[in-house]
Amino acid sequence: MSRTARLTVLGLSLVLLAALGFGYTLHAADRARSGRDRPHAVPDLNHPAQILFRSTAPDAGRDHLAALDVSGTGRPEGDDDRRVSDLKCLVFHAAHGTGLCLQLANPVLNAYDAVILDARARPVAHHRIAGTPSRARVSPGGHMVAWTSFVGGESYAGLNFSTRTAILDTRTGTLLDNLEEFTVRRDGQIYRAPDINVWGVTFAADENRFYATVASDGHTYLAQGDIAAETLTTVHENAECPSLSPDGTRVAYKKRVSGTDPARPWRLFVLDLRTRTETPVADTRELDDQAEWLDADTVVYMLPGDQRGDVWASRADGSGTPRLLLRYAMSPAVLRG
Amino acid sequence: MYLSSSRTNDAITTARTDTSSGTRPSRRARLLPVVAPNVLALGMVSLVTDISAEMVTAILPVYLVVGLGLSPLAFGMLDGLYNVANAAVRPIGGHVADRTRRHKPVAGVGYAVSAAGKLALPAVAGSVPLIGGVLAADRMGKGLRTAPRDALISLSSPDDAQGRAFGVHRAMDTTGALLGPPVALLVLWVTVEAYDAVFVVSFCFAMLGVLILALFVREPTLDRTAATRRKVRLLDAVAVLRAPGFGRVCACALLLACVTVGDSMLYLLLQRRVDLSPALFPLLPFGTALAFLLLALPFGLLGDRFGRGRVFLAGHLILLAACLTLLLPLPGAAAIGGTLVLLGAFYAATDGVLMALAAPLAPADLRAGALGLVQTGQAAGRAVGAVAFGAAWTAWGPRTALAAAALGLAMATTVAATLLRGRPAVPTDPHDDTDRHDGDA
Repeated sequence: MSRTARLTVLGLSLVLLAALGFGYTLHAADRARSGRDRPHAVPDLNHPAQILFRSTAPDAGRDHLAALDVSGTGRPEGDDDRRVSDLKCLVFHAAHGTGLCLQLANPVLNAYDAVILDARARPVAHHRIAGTPSRARVSPGGHMVAWTSFVGGESYAGLNFSTRTAILDTRTGTLLDNLEEFTVRRDGQIYRAPDINVWGVTFAADENRFYATVASDGHTYLAQGDIAAETLTTVHENAECPSLSPDGTRVAYKKRVSGTDPARPWRLFVLDLRTRTETPVADTRELDDQAEWLDADTVVYMLPGDQRGDVWASRADGSGTPRLLLRYAMSPAVLRG
Repeated sequence: MYLSSSRTNDAITTARTDTSSGTRPSRRARLLPVVAPNVLALGMVSLVTDISAEMVTAILPVYLVVGLGLSPLAFGMLDGLYNVANAAVRPIGGHVADRTRRHKPVAGVGYAVSAAGKLALPAVAGSVPLIGGVLAADRMGKGLRTAPRDALISLSSPDDAQGRAFGVHRAMDTTGALLGPPVALLVLWVTVEAYDAVFVVSFCFAMLGVLILALFVREPTLDRTAATRRKVRLLDAVAVLRAPGFGRVCACALLLACVTVGDSMLYLLLQRRVDLSPALFPLLPFGTALAFLLLALPFGLLGDRFGRGRVFLAGHLILLAACLTLLLPLPGAAAIGGTLVLLGAFYAATDGVLMALAAPLAPADLRAGALGLVQTGQAAGRAVGAVAFGAAWTAWGPRTALAAAALGLAMATTVAATLLRGRPAVPTDPHDDTDRHDGDA
């Protein structure tokens, strides 16, 4: 092929590829702008017996915070009368009049904020997150909040993610922005390693103790944390994203199980902290979520699907069968009295 | 469009044939940073391919975590496996290219696989195993194309200007890596977070790379007479380690890789040492890449002038200096700036320079496989080094581990210097093996 011919082919291909790239981008931008009008409800984070969540329904309310009375969940067809708010959250949690919303702060800088919300879901404080938001938790009393993000993946086509977890006292504004700096005790010994990661905080009722995942050297542990003492003590192995029951006696978590999908190898288990008995929840599907307690006997969790999540409920004692609680929803948070 | 047009008369008559080291630029032209059209074309291929790849890398965590609600740690666990596959595929891609004497199609398959992956990713969004599969295929594609591509660069350049050729290529490659993330974020911003649009635009860039390769990269003619052609067997691909000097370079690369502290570890240490705002973390690799981009060509030229072995060794002393920067009680800004510049300089003095050092020592008809071996050896060494550094950190704490790494670097560089000294100096001594196949020696 002559040089002119090659340049012509390149030029034509450039035009075609540019048309594809620009055309698709403009089409996607149009798609995002359509159907933005919709009445927005104002959530009440003090009102008990409600479930709040990120709505992933493919409509104008996608990725917005929505609320539903617990009594209105679990309809057979999965439709519901969710009250969609104005607020966009990617990860959300709330308790006792305080909300924590992890949201996109600046798309150009790819920056995310942890936004503390008051009882009417109005922002009261912003904190910049390191990396991509993953988990959010508010303590039962509504004073302490914690969030986890994924940091890294900076190498060429690399996926060397690490996590970063922060705890904030909303009363004093004290921010512990990296729980990896806590003293870690494993099997009674002080443990240090470059690859320690901490994620998925769940708070106890006293708002000082908490549970979280500590990972190092290919192992994951359920660890009990103490905010005042800045310590993390491992109590159980192979447990991630813990969620403490309302009475503080049990922890629901995802456990790595062999013979499952290697990219999502977890199933949901409940550990009784007094008897140390581990019970598998009667849902055999692999999940990747931090569970939430609907009541003293029921855990709820998201199962990912085709660009959306559904929230399911199962009994914590391993009996029964899972039931669909919310269609098109992620990040469920149950408000209690 | 080519820098090489400064070779006024030659450029017109030989532009279409001077892709091998068969035609050498005049001595006067060699003083200027001029490279073969093939190297520029390969540089352009890498530039647009890196835009494409880094667009996806920049948004992948967000896409997996925020868009699909998955935790990338699971993919991170598989990452080690992917890297093993990537490293293992390199000599295979190189050997196939040598055996068929067709570097361009083998590299092309690698580029095409990665391009197809860009469209496949949003299409398999619902299935976690398929996402893992597409990411693995992308990594294999990269592994497949790297050795034949580096062999093409090397075979298209005269032996005494290998450093320059690799320097130009690595600078263009890194330029693409720097442009990718801003392009991706721009698309996300315009489309209000439509990740599928990012994948489509990334695919367009990847296709452009494949096209430039197909249209403007020439397969070098290794020898003019069919009589000197020998059949490349699997045994030859390993026996290349016995080629004079080449085995020593491989040993040095492996040894030094074993004591190389990974950049992610240095960033982690930097974060602990300096109280850095989390929002600035993503800028650390950016700073390193910028230093790499600016220094790749200067270090390549220094290598051609003063010996590529020397520059390669000096690069490891620069890494040693980066370790010391983190150990010294410097103010925060100086520690950050110093570490990033030194780390970028380390890559500039070792990445392309190692290829430029090793390539002329391997016979031309075994070169792609040979470069694949060096790269795999280096990857294996770095994996060993990462495990050793992690163990040292666990046993002694981060500062002692870093001091130990610095000591290891100093000792390994000394050993490597002794090893390389016994090797015939490439830039001055015309090497028998390569020239026999060049045809014009």
